[in-house]
Amino acid sequence: MFSDFIHQFWPSTIDGLSLGAVYALVALGYTMVYGVLRLINFAHADIFMVGTFAAMWTVKTMGVSNLGGFALVGAILLSALVAGTVSGGGAVLLELVAYRPLRKRGASRLAALISAIGASIVIEQLFATIVVPKVFGLPKEGGKISQAYHFVHRTNVIDIGPIKVANDRLIIFVGAILIMIALDQFVNRTKLGRGIRATAQDPESAVLMGVNIDRVVTATFLVGGVMAGAAAALYYARFEEAWYFAGFLLGIKAFTAAVLGGIGNIRGALVGGVVLGLFESYGSSLFGSQWKDVVAFSVLILVLMFRPTGILGESLQQARA
Amino acid sequence: MTGVASKRTRSRFSVDPVRDRWESAPPWARWVVYLLLVVGALLLPAQGIGNIMAPPESDWPTMLSDQIGIYVLLGLGLNVVVGMAGLLDLGYVAFYAVGGYTIAIFATKYHWSFWETLVLAIVTASLAGVLLGAPTLRLRGDYLAIVTLGFGEIVRVTANNLNYVNGPRGIQGIPHPPTLSEWTVPGLDVQPFKYGLLDSRPYYYLLVFFIVVAIVFVKRLERSRVGRAWASIREDEDAAELMGVPTFKFKLAAFAIGAAIGGSGGVVFAAKQTSINPGSFTFMVSALVLAGVVLGGSGNIPGVIVGAFLLAWLPERFRGLSDYRMLIFGVALVAMMIFRPEGLWPSRQRKAELAEGSGGMGSMGAEVAGPGTAAEVTE
Repeated sequence: MFSDFIHQFWPSTIDGLSLGAVYALVALGYTMVYGVLRLINFAHADIFMVGTFAAMWTVKTMGVSNLGGFALVGAILLSALVAGTVSGGGAVLLELVAYRPLRKRGASRLAALISAIGASIVIEQLFATIVVPKVFGLPKEGGKISQAYHFVHRTNVIDIGPIKVANDRLIIFVGAILIMIALDQFVNRTKLGRGIRATAQDPESAVLMGVNIDRVVTATFLVGGVMAGAAAALYYARFEEAWYFAGFLLGIKAFTAAVLGGIGNIRGALVGGVVLGLFESYGSSLFGSQWKDVVAFSVLILVLMFRPTGILGESLQQARA
Repeated sequence: MTGVASKRTRSRFSVDPVRDRWESAPPWARWVVYLLLVVGALLLPAQGIGNIMAPPESDWPTMLSDQIGIYVLLGLGLNVVVGMAGLLDLGYVAFYAVGGYTIAIFATKYHWSFWETLVLAIVTASLAGVLLGAPTLRLRGDYLAIVTLGFGEIVRVTANNLNYVNGPRGIQGIPHPPTLSEWTVPGLDVQPFKYGLLDSRPYYYLLVFFIVVAIVFVKRLERSRVGRAWASIREDEDAAELMGVPTFKFKLAAFAIGAAIGGSGGVVFAAKQTSINPGSFTFMVSALVLAGVVLGGSGNIPGVIVGAFLLAWLPERFRGLSDYRMLIFGVALVAMMIFRPEGLWPSRQRKAELAEGSGGMGSMGAEVAGPGTAAEVTE
């Protein structure tokens, strides 16, 4: 057990970091929506799922295979752009249809949560029954498209003793960090970002100060959706599969990451994602991969027992973001 | 109570007139209605009703016992946690699973009888509730939601991985409950106390019995000091604590009682199916039961029963739509929440709370009382 762990330490670390980066990107969507609306956006997981299909569609349309080096970076970038656009649009549409009417009626958060679960079912079923058969010509039920359109030729780009980093892992990690830096700048430096922070802190005062709440909410969903789309493209480069139900587990992991880092806190999402990714990865080398979900959720419960507001605390409100 | 009742809103689909009649009705009239409701529930599996309620290819009594009855029982249990104490539990299926696995293990490996395992399952499920609650109930709202969700997944994945319970294949050969009596209802072809393979009706009657017991139990609690403590926690936990309500203790009690009801549902489910596997205990069950509670009217027992009934019944009834039924179901869920966010049949108190403020669960942020919203909420 422990010899496995020591033997597998570096590969586990690298896998954990790249998986954690994907969790962190998806967690950002949860955390920002939560910061602004105090809502667990359950359908965010399915926005991510939509992104994986968009990325697969891009790869299918480009008709490429066995890419390496800069061609691979370019292909992932393109699929991230397509997936980001589709997911961002989807997230905005989701807010308009499923949340805005409730918000206008002053519905409770519980009602919004049920609406989110309903929207999540709708998106999943749309893909299971219409998109997958019509666009990809695959059977309705199951519909897990595994290794169908693979385009990555994996080589080790870093090779220092025991540390071997494959190109896809490196691109995922670096890409995710760059996107998060961009988001951090957006939230802290732009006018709209200030509006988001103001709304998270105190919606009523924000309105009085002239913040357009509806625009802030739309922007929040758009940014969250784009992140999820980008994360989906990176995820697709790593696992090369798409499934209409794929969002579920990844979504609850990403939400776990958001809570772990301190929900509403953008840097917390990064910390939470990476911590969760690493623990999951180490957990599977210690106890076997079938236990990795149990390890992930146990870490969550343990952390919250001692730090009830997550590792970095809740702070989208506190201007630091 | 009278203060809030007098300024309540009257919407077009309000049940308030009925409620006023009900509240002024003499006790004997209420008992007659209770009796009629129980008789109605017992007559529900009749063929004539089944012809309308069930699609042609399905067996109506089986729908009642395998889906509707179970969901109503689970809805009542979750209502204690969500509707009464205002704790968001997204992993309720875990307690249902604990109940099911308790009977599966003790009946097949140690040959306990149904009734013995029932008691044991209720105890283990409420212990599981305390076990989950003790470290986590100090957390607020959404943290609790994700932790309970995680706990639900931990239970399912653990059942899936343990060889002791046969992993994904699950446990087979769980005995049916022992036959209590061979008595046949005169004039009808049904033996209500004979639990066999062919007839689903006895299980349904058993569930009706459980449901009635749960209703009486929960209703008594609601009217007691415990229920008042839950309401105060739901409305404002800090204020409740300051007023001397031991909030942690009562939250733990809500978890344990909700879990016990969920566990009893799991026992009947396992005994009816004679086999269980982890696939029956997914997050979707938690989500659907919660949706039933909220759809019906969180906190109001008749509402919760209606909501859980609809949620279990609709997808089964429209099996004919096959591929698209879940899609339509999701659309219906969103539409319901948009047009009636307080649920189909909300309790009067909850409605007043919603009109006054957050309704316990808190409202969404960025929901500022603009010209339109303020008028609509408080009217």
